Amino acid sequence: MIEVENLHKKFGKNAVLTGLSLKVEGGGIYAVLGPNGSGKTTLIKSILGMVVPDQGLIRVNGQPTHRKWKYREELSYLPQIANFPGNLSVSELLDMIVDLRRQPARQQELIAEFGLEPFLNKKLSNLSGGTRQKVNLALTFMFDSPVYILDEPTNGLDPASLIRLKERIRLEQSRGKLFLVTTHIMQFVEELADEVIYLLEGKIYFKGTLEALRQRTGQNDVEHAIAAISTQEPNA
Amino acid sequence: MLKILKYSFYDLMRSRWSYVYFLFYLALGFVLLFLNNDLSKAVITLMNIIVVLVPLIGTIFGIMYYYNSREFTELLLALPVRRSSIFLGQYFGVAGSLSLSLLLGLGIPFAAYGLFRSGAVWDFGLLLVTGAFLTLIFTALSFNIALANENRIKGFGYAVLLWLLLAVIYDGLFLLSLILLEEYPLDNFSLAATLLNPVDLSRTLILLKLDISALMGYTGAVFKEFFGTHMGLLVSLGALVLWTCLPIWRLAVRCRKQDF
Ligand SMILES: Nc1ncnc2c1ncn2[C@@H]1O[C@H](COP(=O)(O)OP(=O)(O)O)[C@@H](O)[C@H]1O
Ligand SMILES: [Mg+2]
Repeated sequence: MIEVENLHKKFGKNAVLTGLSLKVEGGGIYAVLGPNGSGKTTLIKSILGMVVPDQGLIRVNGQPTHRKWKYREELSYLPQIANFPGNLSVSELLDMIVDLRRQPARQQELIAEFGLEPFLNKKLSNLSGGTRQKVNLALTFMFDSPVYILDEPTNGLDPASLIRLKERIRLEQSRGKLFLVTTHIMQFVEELADEVIYLLEGKIYFKGTLEALRQRTGQNDVEHAIAAISTQEPNA
Repeated sequence: MLKILKYSFYDLMRSRWSYVYFLFYLALGFVLLFLNNDLSKAVITLMNIIVVLVPLIGTIFGIMYYYNSREFTELLLALPVRRSSIFLGQYFGVAGSLSLSLLLGLGIPFAAYGLFRSGAVWDFGLLLVTGAFLTLIFTALSFNIALANENRIKGFGYAVLLWLLLAVIYDGLFLLSLILLEEYPLDNFSLAATLLNPVDLSRTLILLKLDISALMGYTGAVFKEFFGTHMGLLVSLGALVLWTCLPIWRLAVRCRKQDF
């Protein structure tokens, strides 16, 4: 369970989050949507403790996260930009993260799933963007966590890998895992999301099922519904 | 923290620069011994090089490593690891590998020359300890600067400026103020001025140990007069320890407030 209360975050004069509150419980896939720069990544990084909020409270499984680290054992995070130490090889990176996390890892399974065998001994700096994203995915799903936080997981993936990713997400969903996923791909949202969380102007502008979104906007197509939503009154 | 230290250390051991640094000191040690043909003279020359060069290398290495390991840091931040462990682990990885290069690089030629049979072994040991302190101090200072400046060019600039200030300009300003303030009793002032600069502090520490009054200069003399040789050594060593702990402590505290 993740609870966010009255979260404020400014970068200099740029007020990105202005009193955002959110509660997600149990399992399910929550799609975090919003225009570029609306603060999706900032929200996610605040939950992970990478960004330090100016104000507000975040709880994971009932415990405040401020200055804590142990709670991250429950979270697996896929960063938006797959930046890895360039001088390591793929297998060295995977081994290192397993060693540092000190949790059981299904390393071989994920290497096979995303077809990473041919790259295991290649340096990360020599990989293409798409392959790096597959490494990113393998790193994230290697651990059996109750919560997965994915920041634009579809970035740069080829269709075959995209299918693998969706299958993996569905599998974990069926195991009762909680997902927070940001994306700009509406088809991805339609296929997978249980609920939509729409960020605008530093707050949650809409939270609810796709059905509720369609009803409220009177738009059947999700892309149009999302486009239409920001022209209406907020109800979070 | 130890795991992160281990990975940082391995990472550095695989980088060319650690070896360049090591070979540089190895060469320096052999050349000095060859030229001086006298251990205690070599120690003095070495001191003059160490108190200026070690801070420079610590500064540059520290700042470069911090910025270059940004990806590693971001990866670690999302893991169940304490924040201070991430930064302290990386810091001790860099400072440790630099100190090791220094100790081995200078230790090997001196040992080969028969240092352990000579009377200069303690002077030389102190020199290496001081070098290790300076490495710890300046690497910690540069990590602090890097943490405060996301812009690499700025961070690099500030770090080099700090080195210039402490290792080069400070002495000039100090001398200038001694001349300008000639009429006043300056003992306390110069004591404070020395304690406030780790470079001067290291120089004073070594000169006190060598006990060569001719080289000691004004500050050394004041130190000796004020504390006596023994107490002077202890005080300056204590001040160096303080100089080491403060920036490390600040690093551990400040890193908690940083956004990534
Ligand atoms: N570390 C940072 N320093 C300064 N500004 C930042 C930082 N991170 C994000 N921002 C700013 O915050 C705003 C929101 O960014 P972000 O959360 O990445 O948006 P999104 O993920 O929704 O596209 C942007 O204007 C971005 O420039
Ligand atoms: Mg983003």
